[in-house]
Amino acid sequence: MDNISIDELKTISKKIRYNIVKMIGLANSGHPGGSLSATDIVVSLYYGIMNIDPKNPNKKDRDRFVLSKGHASPVIYSVLAELGFFDKEELWRFRQTGGLLQGHPNIKIPGIEANTGSLGHGISVAVGMALGCKLDKLDNMVYTLLGDGECQEGQVWEAAMAASHYKLDNLIGFVDRNRLQIDGSTKDVMCLGDISEKFKAFGWDVYEIDGHDYNQIINTINTAKSQKNGAPKMIIANTIKGKGVSFMEDNVAFHGKAPNKEELKQALEELS
Amino acid sequence: MDYKIGDKKAMRNAYGETLVELGKEYPNLVVLDSDLSGSTKTAMFAKQYPDRFFNAGIAEQNMIGMASGLSLTGKIVFASSFAMFASGRPWEQIRNSVAYANLNVKIAATHSGITVGEDGATHQMTEDIAIMRAIPNMIVIAPSDYYEAKSVIRWSATYDGPVYIRMPRGDTETIFKDEEDAKFAFGKAKIIKDGKDLTIIATGEIIPEAIKASEILKEKGIDAEVIIMATIKPIDEQAVINSNDFVVSVEDHNIIGGLGGAISEVIASNGLNKKLLRIGINDEFGESGKANELLKYYKLDSESIAKKIIEEFK
Repeated sequence: MDNISIDELKTISKKIRYNIVKMIGLANSGHPGGSLSATDIVVSLYYGIMNIDPKNPNKKDRDRFVLSKGHASPVIYSVLAELGFFDKEELWRFRQTGGLLQGHPNIKIPGIEANTGSLGHGISVAVGMALGCKLDKLDNMVYTLLGDGECQEGQVWEAAMAASHYKLDNLIGFVDRNRLQIDGSTKDVMCLGDISEKFKAFGWDVYEIDGHDYNQIINTINTAKSQKNGAPKMIIANTIKGKGVSFMEDNVAFHGKAPNKEELKQALEELS
Repeated sequence: MDYKIGDKKAMRNAYGETLVELGKEYPNLVVLDSDLSGSTKTAMFAKQYPDRFFNAGIAEQNMIGMASGLSLTGKIVFASSFAMFASGRPWEQIRNSVAYANLNVKIAATHSGITVGEDGATHQMTEDIAIMRAIPNMIVIAPSDYYEAKSVIRWSATYDGPVYIRMPRGDTETIFKDEEDAKFAFGKAKIIKDGKDLTIIATGEIIPEAIKASEILKEKGIDAEVIIMATIKPIDEQAVINSNDFVVSVEDHNIIGGLGGAISEVIASNGLNKKLLRIGINDEFGESGKANELLKYYKLDSESIAKKIIEEFK
């Protein structure tokens, strides 16, 4: 899927954002803000970078993606559904009793690589996977996406230490740096300081990008992939929470709240 | 069943030795530790298979996450630390990363119970059976001696799913002759001594004390059956149902939520007309001391066990 144009990625992202808002609206539950901020990164990975096969989701040499910020499940579910990993109709039963799509990712769902949702867990699992892939001498990559608020979890830094100790240059992480968490701005709740410097201090190669600029996202991933220097890579992606829906943008209220009926209508019109 | 209390041998040695054997048989078996490999005996594996051993450092939560990731690439994973730090510290990682996804991760914990000794309460894990058995998909096993520990480790490598294995620090008296004699039967209790008056059900390192207590009772004219319960979850319900009407649970664990808790659930759920005397740590924190002295201090030695049973069995 290497030869995809930026225009095509934009069109796909709009569709994914439409799905995200609709599925959360129908469920009347879910996390729109962090799903929308991460959309361009996840779309770039799945449509522009990763070696995956929806017909054979468990093929051994596939690239793997672990959504460490599991509450952004609507974005990964939407992408997997559009790629044909499972029936798209499942999106409209998100978070509902008896549905396939749980509130947070679960490996029972085709294409999902790890059970996440409890913050800090996913990056550790990705470290273990990257280690396992190296043991198997695979030439693939493991990707993981963290929230910036998630980086307040101590486990993230345990994992960061281990990734560089074990020289996991087959691991690329992203921090979805939207600067908001449930209780407010990350600065007010628990200041993260300079995340880039923190990861650098833990031995990672760090890149900082605009997380909504496809050229930057794709080029940076390709650069990071090519650096087989023993260092894990972290891409700090500056993003806007709620990106794509005017009244959700940079609005902490939509971290974990579904739009009401009128808001849903407006949001879907904006994304049509 | 024929048993004989034998020499003292450490279950954690059985763990390390068996890992080395399994490493040869399973090229996809990997081992993790968190800076306690000398004590948990995973260092034996590390020496033989350095490429398949990963020290997570003093970071148990990440160790469990790494174990999950490794298992998701098709590895059989053993992850070890002291029981306190293998089960308590990363409980939520075990629940959400390992058990929820039903991953093939074995948590082999050493240094369980009060008999950790001198390190005292912070290191004396007397709640691990309770917190591990409350997690769906999790199997909980406490081997009875060195030989059964070998058999349990060997079995757990063949079982595709999460298993918690609880082993003590110290050398404990063997009750089986060899590994063949000790062959682990998943989910099956072993009656090691028949008796018609009451039934003692014991688990783990404390079994020799329970056996010796039954001998003291015999001298007093009380004929006690002795059952060992290595698999605590799923518990052998039938063994409890078939037991005498006076049941005594004996464990180096809090009387709440452990073996005694599990047995009381079976008795209550089946509406059995049995009285249960729970002998263990009485919902309190431990203290520093020598393991054998602590057993007396907490009334878990054979004489105290026998005395308590005589008091309650009328």
